[in-house]
Amino acid sequence: MAAGSPLTQRQVSAEIAEAHRATAAAVAAGAPAPHHPPRDFAPYRSTVLRHPHRPPLPLADPDAAELHGPVFGRTDVTELDGDLTRQHPGEPLGERITVTGRVRDRRGRPVRGQLVELWQANAAGRYAHPCDRHPAPLDPNFTGAGRCLTDDDGAYRFTTVRPGAYPWRNHENAWRPAHLHFSFFGSAFTQRLVTQMYFPGDPLFPHDPILQSVTDPAARARLVAAYDPALSVPEWSLGYRWDVVLDGPAATWAEPGEAAR
Amino acid sequence: MEPPTPSQTVGPFYGHALPFPGGGEVAPAGHPDTVTVHGRVYDGAGEPVPDALLECWQADPGGSPAGRPGSLRRDPAAGGLTGPGGADFTGFARVATDADGHWSVRTLPPPAARPYLAVCVFARGLTRHLYTRAYLGAPPAGDPVARLPRELRATLLAHAEGDRTYRFDVHLQGGKETVFLDIRALPGPR
Ligand SMILES: [Fe+2]
Repeated sequence: MAAGSPLTQRQVSAEIAEAHRATAAAVAAGAPAPHHPPRDFAPYRSTVLRHPHRPPLPLADPDAAELHGPVFGRTDVTELDGDLTRQHPGEPLGERITVTGRVRDRRGRPVRGQLVELWQANAAGRYAHPCDRHPAPLDPNFTGAGRCLTDDDGAYRFTTVRPGAYPWRNHENAWRPAHLHFSFFGSAFTQRLVTQMYFPGDPLFPHDPILQSVTDPAARARLVAAYDPALSVPEWSLGYRWDVVLDGPAATWAEPGEAAR
Repeated sequence: MEPPTPSQTVGPFYGHALPFPGGGEVAPAGHPDTVTVHGRVYDGAGEPVPDALLECWQADPGGSPAGRPGSLRRDPAAGGLTGPGGADFTGFARVATDADGHWSVRTLPPPAARPYLAVCVFARGLTRHLYTRAYLGAPPAGDPVARLPRELRATLLAHAEGDRTYRFDVHLQGGKETVFLDIRALPGPR
């Protein structure tokens, strides 16, 4: 925690409300709804010294290496990597869940054969990370990291346990809603995405400056998975569906004679 | 056009999940052309950032930007991650900064037509990743970076330190702020 007394939830919530009002006013005045969080979002205190003052410089470069990207294959991922409940001799504690969805680009085309990584806290809200000092129990049967490749429909699938909420030191009595961290690769490095998936109906949503850093409500809703009874396995696991759309130009984005967007 | 999934910060606790053994060893083991690219990440107060994650991506020395699998590579017996294994050049590196904000990658020189490492920066406190480039050689005439004003271009040039070593610092904010890039295939609004 930085020097001085920590902000209260009331102060942080007021700052969040102000940022949301500013976005709503801009959209009402005709601006496009922002899809991504601003990098300068003071209610999330760690942004203060870590956001560039200048916006990224647009660079039109049809030969850019970034219009291609890293490739992963069967040497990189095994079948077991997508099941976080089978990495240790015993079963982890918690509510077993299956999370699946499709990864597409902005044109709706499936993102095939690309790496998806998942990491998370355990059911008690503790990361298997030496810097996590939250006094919740570690689970010897849960590490909380997995990966898979998308299939020909762009689908990914993980089996894991639902993570717990956990405290953090952004402000006084701050708690993160339960979330899964995800990393996605597209066919181009420009499509890279690291984000977090949330569970529907969590009462911590309005208080969390990380989720609320996405200032447009429709964009925020895209971070929340849907409970899907059809994905639940009887006597075994609860199913959640979360579809993902990667931003950024793909290698095949610009076709001859076509405008950028 | 589908609306994209919003970005969220990588947070502080990715260390048990994203880094992998040999994540900075892109050059095949013992390759005589190996270069070291290293530097520090600083915040707006000039303090080192000890929990940033950098990914580097580049064309291979022959000029191909197509990449190859095998960056993560598995131990076929035990199933654990072994990293790139020193055989194929995959073009991809992933390294976390240390307590001094320092990172280091050992790779093969990128081709003269694309003489840079594409660098993607993730960190706690960064709500969305940032792209920049570390040029190990001068941008060629057709590269739009060659036409940037000198003071902006300078932040993209890695400094040769001799011994096939290059220094590339990233300043997230402030007077020395690195030029971050919004790369597009075509000019015009996104
Ligand atoms: Fe987290």
